[in-house]
Amino acid sequence: MTTLKTEQFILNIGPQHPSTHGVFRMMVTLDGETIVDVDLVLGYLHRGVEKLAEGRTYLQSLPLTDRMDYICSMSNNLAYCTAVEALAGITVPERAEYIRVIMAELTRVVNHIVCIGFYLNDLGAYFTPVLYCLREREKILDLFEAASGSRMTCNYIRFGGVAQDLPEGWLDQCRKLMAGFPAFIDELEELLSTNEIFLARGRGIGVLPPDMAVNAGVTGPNLRASGVAYDVRKAHPYSIYDRFDFAVPTLRGCDCYDRYMLRILEIRQSLRILEQALRDIPAGEVQSKVPKALRPPEGDVYHAIEGPKGEFGFYLVSDGSVSPYRWHVRSATFINLTVLPYLCRGHKIADLIAILGSLDNVMGEVDR
Amino acid sequence: MKATQIFQQLKLQFGDAILSTAEDKWPVVYVKAERLPEVVAHLRDSPGLDFDLLSSVTAVDYEDRFETVYHLRSLKEGHTLVLKVRVSRDNPVVPSLTPLYQSANLQEREVYDFFGIRFEGHPNLKRLFLWEAFPGHPLRKDFRYTTSISYAEPPEHEQAREL
Repeated sequence: MTTLKTEQFILNIGPQHPSTHGVFRMMVTLDGETIVDVDLVLGYLHRGVEKLAEGRTYLQSLPLTDRMDYICSMSNNLAYCTAVEALAGITVPERAEYIRVIMAELTRVVNHIVCIGFYLNDLGAYFTPVLYCLREREKILDLFEAASGSRMTCNYIRFGGVAQDLPEGWLDQCRKLMAGFPAFIDELEELLSTNEIFLARGRGIGVLPPDMAVNAGVTGPNLRASGVAYDVRKAHPYSIYDRFDFAVPTLRGCDCYDRYMLRILEIRQSLRILEQALRDIPAGEVQSKVPKALRPPEGDVYHAIEGPKGEFGFYLVSDGSVSPYRWHVRSATFINLTVLPYLCRGHKIADLIAILGSLDNVMGEVDR
Repeated sequence: MKATQIFQQLKLQFGDAILSTAEDKWPVVYVKAERLPEVVAHLRDSPGLDFDLLSSVTAVDYEDRFETVYHLRSLKEGHTLVLKVRVSRDNPVVPSLTPLYQSANLQEREVYDFFGIRFEGHPNLKRLFLWEAFPGHPLRKDFRYTTSISYAEPPEHEQAREL
């Protein structure tokens, strides 16, 4: 009896596909149902923000950061503002620092629950789990809207502070919401964490060894799910993160399930930070004096924060004029994508979607 | 390790490959282009230095030259370092760091796409965000927008489909 001969073929996924989290194309080489290789084709959402920013003033570029990772606009604002502040030597009032931390951690919670919801979507639990997640997310977006006037493109954090003080009663509403939040996370965990199908689809799928993760520049929850405790908030503290008591959770499974689990653990840590920040926030100014036409001194700066998806940094070069000479974004999801072909090789085609979902990509930030 | 110690060790090891050093917000080292991989391999593998994370790769066009900029971090030691390489505009070639750090893979392609700097030794140096027929490299300071961008020559895979 002769063995059957098989032939490899190329399957094109995307650019328009419900599971690509944006507009993203993968050319997958398959041997039967097994993935041999994945070729990434990027650029469908490329808007050229780095070039655009060179022709604008520093402040005019701030709305561009909202539109990169449109789920975490507050975090992006914070990264850009802290970078410009480091370049121009601007100080931030105490109350504004607290507001920034509150906003950044709320964004992390929003991002992680959205990621978990859509990951479940990718696994085939179509739209029931994500609806619960979006329900809770909407409550936080209401808070964002009350503070900044917009749900998603907030543009709230500004150089030297925040756009305006929080409206009356905002802090109480936030405290009330956060007090009820652990119950929702418990509910989510009860639904998912020990679910047999969920475990079968996640355990041992897309294993990312720690050495490989560090070498490929993977950061954020994906790195910590591979057992490396690197968090910019702890390693190179910025803003006032050194004042809060929180842990950096790590897991050793390195697979899709642990990347989900780590996000759950991180939400709980974020809730801890929020509790402390909401307790300690002082009264006072929220904006220091910053010139309308900001002219930072000549020089360059790289400043990164721990965004919800990983190390999110800006490399800015100033020539002393009102617009930046060079404006570069170190986008976490873009660099995290480097490992996608590696993670997929040898797995089945159905797992490709699960692995992509577990990496938590937003193409707006990848293509920029 | 303190920045001055890192500088000293590099100068001792590599002599004139280290062009200059400075202590800014991050410690900065200018390296000769052709000896970049040696220096980086040393930074990555020497105990005490342990720069295991290549955080960011980018470039700047200073009109008389390009500069490629590498931000390195050590997760173990907690220290940071910036490497800069001056590249001539006439023949912009830099050795690739992809064999040493996978994180350079997509980022070097991005720099090639936007600046036209070629990374020697990169396994797959193609344009990343723009299509192959795009005229010029848009983040160069002398790039001018044209209203008639040519779509005439389709990218390689489109041709392949027609065959």
